[in-house]
Amino acid sequence: MTKNRIFWAVAAPVAAILNSLLFIYIILKIRGVDPLSMFSLMISYGFDPRNLVSELNQTIAYYLAGVAAAIGFKMLLFNIGIDGQYRMGAFFGAVVGGAVALPPVLHVLLIVITAMIAGGLWAAIAGYLKVRRGVNEVISNIMLNFIAAAVISYLLLPSMLGTLPEGSQTAQTFPIPASGQMPTIKAFDGEIYSFLFVAIFVGIAYWVMLNKTVFGFNLKATGLSFRAARASGVNAPRMIFVTTVLSGAIAGLVGIGTLLSDTHKYSMAFPAGYAFTGLALALLGRNHPVGIFFAAFLWSFLERSAPVLEFEGVPPEIVIVMQGTIVLSIVIAYEVVARINLRQQQRAVGSVSAEAQPIKESN
Amino acid sequence: MQKKTLRKLGASIFAGAVALSGLMAIAPAQAATKTIGIAYSLGGREVPGFNQLAYIGVKPILGKNKAIKLIESQDSPTGTDDQRTERLRLMAKRGANPIVVVGFTYASALAKVAPEFPKVQWGIVDDSSVKAPNVQGIVFKEEEGSYLVGLAAAMTTKTGSVGFIGGVNTPLIKKFEAGYIAGAKAINPKIKIQSTYISNFPDFSGFNDPAKGYEAAKGMYQNGADVVYAAAGGTGTGMHKAASELKKWSIGVDADEATYPAHAAYKSTILTSMLKRVDLGVRAFVNDSLAGKKTAGIKTWGFKQGGVGYTKTGGYLKDVSAVIDNYGSEIARGKVVVPTDPTKA
Repeated sequence: MTKNRIFWAVAAPVAAILNSLLFIYIILKIRGVDPLSMFSLMISYGFDPRNLVSELNQTIAYYLAGVAAAIGFKMLLFNIGIDGQYRMGAFFGAVVGGAVALPPVLHVLLIVITAMIAGGLWAAIAGYLKVRRGVNEVISNIMLNFIAAAVISYLLLPSMLGTLPEGSQTAQTFPIPASGQMPTIKAFDGEIYSFLFVAIFVGIAYWVMLNKTVFGFNLKATGLSFRAARASGVNAPRMIFVTTVLSGAIAGLVGIGTLLSDTHKYSMAFPAGYAFTGLALALLGRNHPVGIFFAAFLWSFLERSAPVLEFEGVPPEIVIVMQGTIVLSIVIAYEVVARINLRQQQRAVGSVSAEAQPIKESN
Repeated sequence: MQKKTLRKLGASIFAGAVALSGLMAIAPAQAATKTIGIAYSLGGREVPGFNQLAYIGVKPILGKNKAIKLIESQDSPTGTDDQRTERLRLMAKRGANPIVVVGFTYASALAKVAPEFPKVQWGIVDDSSVKAPNVQGIVFKEEEGSYLVGLAAAMTTKTGSVGFIGGVNTPLIKKFEAGYIAGAKAINPKIKIQSTYISNFPDFSGFNDPAKGYEAAKGMYQNGADVVYAAAGGTGTGMHKAASELKKWSIGVDADEATYPAHAAYKSTILTSMLKRVDLGVRAFVNDSLAGKKTAGIKTWGFKQGGVGYTKTGGYLKDVSAVIDNYGSEIARGKVVVPTDPTKA
């Protein structure tokens, strides 16, 4: 039975990816480009060791966004506010990191905790509104994304918390001194962010919390049925609030790898958002920490190969089309798998109950 | 049964991988000809604005010399510094030289990559913070061009009220606003100026949101303004539409917006456009570096150098252009210094 499960869990995403490849194959063919040479170009470029390093770094951010979304999904919460929470986390992490002088490890720790608190607090607004006022979290989170953008845009002014170096048009925070920077691992003349380990830790913690703790059990129970959980003594509104904050805290970490190991400052060059990516990755990875990792890697792999395609005259948007078809196909594939599983279960139950029939009658 | 399917699946994946690795061998070979690279910021060359102007700057060079190739790449909405760094590196590795980098978001990426490829000449538009012996900062005095259209607005308005729409609230766009306000006030110190921005960083959608541009402009016109200037890229199209519907004036930006095919229906109400000749700046840089000249340093394109200006398409400014040109020569001679901060305009 479990073997069966694993097979379908792997087969569904693989089928979705193949389906999307087929779709892209047709599109490229229509454009008059040789699809196979394009795919081979993507693969040879994407698996070049140096690019793998760069993809891995991007994977860290995507992975954390995916986990943040997955925590929400487990509770049937649609955390589309990851953008705002990520921005708040990265921005305040950078501001605090650039403002203080501390011994190396403490300094990094302070930045990480600040980012989590900033992201968590920002999410708490949506959580509070949902629990106390019944405001749909999708609506409040979308608004909070815009508010976060405006707040940061204001605070990043040189007259506020930011700075504008001579000759630059990029408003930015003050750079984080060496004590607040995280080392990188040199590999294939690239540099892997050591924040990777934090991401791995988050993934493990997420799995343990969900499967080995009472909190995780309550979380899943509340997600499955709010009323049933409440009836069995779970403080469901509190669970929703805490989960939202937790999701936000993880979202606050999304930009920290880049911040601590690469840019050392938050600036206008920071990517705008991860919300939809995070949600798509959680979906693709079926909310499983390992699944999300592969999904995140696939995403950054596809994105990194866009420039090589451009040089061959293929519009880079083809990558977005590919990602879109993967998500669409995956939804369908999971639905199909769910139906197959259901039918198998029904058959199993049917055969058991058929055997049990005589006993039941004698009762 | 399932094991069999699994095995089949594995086999086909393996076969596919083998087939693909065979194809890898026929990756395109490097050409010995000259290659120009352009790294665009968000939107790429199809969106009117500075990305497209950079391409327009290079186009005649390609037309003249067929041996020169062009490789292009554009930023993605989720682009990080790391990604931009890789993009620039990839272009340099592909043998592109010179490479034009469009937009200030590339500044830190370029600062990292330029020293890695000392033989490549890099030109970055809208930034002068990258200091390296092989980097040219191509910057413009947007405030001067905006000053001139500010004069035009103030001399054209009948209501004594004009408007400014900025695309995204960034220091760069503030320079446009500052110049415009200063120009308008030079004609009429008591002029009413409405000013707004479409989006806030990190939301760069304000540079390509005609619907919001339409609403913002309509609001300003209904609030008494009869001339509005948008420094907002594709968002400006919405303003031109609102202007033509309400029979008010609008002012374009970057290139002569009255000549855009998409603006054919609105050109009777496009008063003028503020020119920011990114094409000239880029072309000069590419030509110099192809000719083997040293290009490093900061190259500032003001009104004096023909880097900024205004258009007279449609002839709506024929009564006032003498005055504007007079101010222009004052700027060129340094008699008028245009502010870059809206709060000091």
